[in-house]
Amino acid sequence: MPDDTLNVSHFLVTGDPLIYGADVSIVVVSIAIVAVLTYYRKWGWLWREWLTTVDHKKIGIMYMIAALLMLFRGGVDALLMRTQLAFPNMRFLKAEHYNQIFTTHGTIMILFMAMPFIFAMMNIAIPLMIGARDVAFPYLNAISFWMFFFGAMLFNLSFVIGGSPDAGWTSYPPLAESEFNLGPGENYYLLALQISGIGSIATGINFFVTILKMRAPGMTLMRMPLFCWAVLATSVLIIFAFPVLTVALALLLIDRIAGAHFFTMLGGGNPMMYINMFWIWGHPEVYIVVLPAFGIFSEVVATFSGKRIFGYASMVASLMAIAVISYFTWLHHFFTMGAGPGVNSFFALSTMIIAIPTGVKIFNWLATMYNGRVRVTVPMKWALGFIPNFAVGGATGVMLSVAPADYQYHNSYFLIAHFHQTLIGGVVFGMLAGMYYWWPKMFGFLLEERYANWGFWWFNIGFYVCFIPQYLLGFMGMTRRIYTYPTGMGWSTLNLISTIGAFMMGLGFLFIAAGIVYSIFYGERDTTGDPWNGRTLEWSLPSPAPHYNFARIPVVTSRDAWWTMKEERKQGVLPPGRDELRPIHMPKNSGRPFILSLSFFVAGFGLVFHWYILTVIGFAAVAACLLLRSFDYDTDSYIPVDEIKKTEASYGRS
Amino acid sequence: MSMMEEKVPGHTGRSEGGNWPWMHIIGFVISILLTLIALRLVLAHAMGPAGLFVTIMVLAVLQILVQLFFFMHILEGGGPRWHLWMLTLGFIFVFTIIAGSIWIMTFGAESY
Repeated sequence: MPDDTLNVSHFLVTGDPLIYGADVSIVVVSIAIVAVLTYYRKWGWLWREWLTTVDHKKIGIMYMIAALLMLFRGGVDALLMRTQLAFPNMRFLKAEHYNQIFTTHGTIMILFMAMPFIFAMMNIAIPLMIGARDVAFPYLNAISFWMFFFGAMLFNLSFVIGGSPDAGWTSYPPLAESEFNLGPGENYYLLALQISGIGSIATGINFFVTILKMRAPGMTLMRMPLFCWAVLATSVLIIFAFPVLTVALALLLIDRIAGAHFFTMLGGGNPMMYINMFWIWGHPEVYIVVLPAFGIFSEVVATFSGKRIFGYASMVASLMAIAVISYFTWLHHFFTMGAGPGVNSFFALSTMIIAIPTGVKIFNWLATMYNGRVRVTVPMKWALGFIPNFAVGGATGVMLSVAPADYQYHNSYFLIAHFHQTLIGGVVFGMLAGMYYWWPKMFGFLLEERYANWGFWWFNIGFYVCFIPQYLLGFMGMTRRIYTYPTGMGWSTLNLISTIGAFMMGLGFLFIAAGIVYSIFYGERDTTGDPWNGRTLEWSLPSPAPHYNFARIPVVTSRDAWWTMKEERKQGVLPPGRDELRPIHMPKNSGRPFILSLSFFVAGFGLVFHWYILTVIGFAAVAACLLLRSFDYDTDSYIPVDEIKKTEASYGRS
Repeated sequence: MSMMEEKVPGHTGRSEGGNWPWMHIIGFVISILLTLIALRLVLAHAMGPAGLFVTIMVLAVLQILVQLFFFMHILEGGGPRWHLWMLTLGFIFVFTIIAGSIWIMTFGAESY
């Protein structure tokens, strides 16, 4: 049972120099942020421009900054693990600390790095691509962001207060049950994921509705950019998959907090049921994060090949096929449960089938480049790096899908190498490509190429140096989640190489970060709004886009709408007579999403430590926020024509 | 943005004014009742596993119907019928998840 008599040494994590270091750095960074904001009198600016914003472009930027910070934290976790495994019998991390680090690494990278990064790209690009002025539900969009943000904060807090979760990112019972896991760490995991999960579901609904309902006149579904199709597929997956995770986590939380027995064998429950439900969400989840990356590659490859995408209809069909089939493969994560030949064969087959539409997409990207005028810019480099990388990841995935062989690979480093190859090679490469591609649209300047190239090459080569040895280690019997190994296993050299690769990737990240800082001061300004000679509507706008996006909603006549407009202008076809400007209806900013999510954080923190008074206060504040919103009629306003004219003129447009 | 409200005819928005949302309240009460019945049946060990299983399944299907009719206004609204596609897909997924889980979780049972 949970320990009710907490004292300070339970509350604050003590006794580990790394954590003392973290304590100090958190305090120092917090003081620095407060001091800078106060010195430059930026508190009001922060509140008005960012914390209360409902503008999809700003929310996208905040998602991206959060994702990059979490990529840093998750990356530091990875480097700590690789340092511990560099040599046999290392004494760098204790077993317990190692368990915590691989748990937080996995959870952060999937839920607090990959998810916000795809949401960042969706927010930044989707409304601009479909010719809309915002998403369908801007207020809900702000709630989504802050729920994610406070969920992530709650999760990260566990590192210094109470102790991190240590049952793996999958948090399987019985290990995650209170019988074997006393501390508050697992509670942190469960509540942080629940809170950010609410935000994720809301984002799925928001973008589903936005894409179906808010397209500019003339933009039929089959004229949408492929990124929109990818996000539509992702939204469908989010809507159907996340509720299953919510249920699985809620049942485990009830087990831990209220002493139920859903997943305890002796109490009549079945721990395998958690694993079953976790992967009903977990498998669609990997497609949730990788499909937007596929969408970004489609945009990047088409733009920098100077051609329309090859096989558009087959790309759409394969996206949809992946979205549906991804629901029929979840058991391949636990073939070794031994559910019998019938079950294992079915799921092995469905797993092999899903590789087919993915293969179709790879060939379409290659065919798009074929005979194209390829410009090897930074986003294109990430796309080019992705293709061989993901092909290897996909091929090893098919190896893993062979159920009898999986008994050999299961939970070995072969598996680790496989999913890192798909998730880094697919998602991280994709999101970085998207970041470099849309950066000028977000901020009005380009990211400098020299740093970006160093970042790309260190990260890309480092990736292979890090993970190819892990395939071999898997074959040699090294299993995941071991914190040390003896000499004489034959693993030492490969582990050392892998660690070197990990540090090369870390160096690559530093180059990327340094490039961002350098470009803020010296980056090339984007004055045209169309620095890449783009094909889709977001490039028809100035950079950064005005907050109402389109002064006049464009009329779309073809796929790659902006490209067609440019071609028509070159041929002297004048754009049809322009309508008079009309006042633009926009949503008002609101501080309530921030306060609502903060209240969830308070309630969640109370539950972590069984401080129920705090929980009640938190939920009461949540209810108050919801009620106030219900009776709030002052939610929107009109931008007058004069102001639109002034803004457009400041961009040199009329 | 307001565009959404304008495009959804079944959604009357603010003009509803003082009308008490009876449909929502009735739906809410029914859905709570269905949940409480299921909980009660389990806690009281009211019937054998097979009977319990079937009864709870029936309650769950009723719950889906309550959600669709009372809260999601399945019969209202015009324009392209996206919701039919989504509902079909939803039912396929729900069937997969339930039937698949039963199939998977009865592992080992067939060989004894």
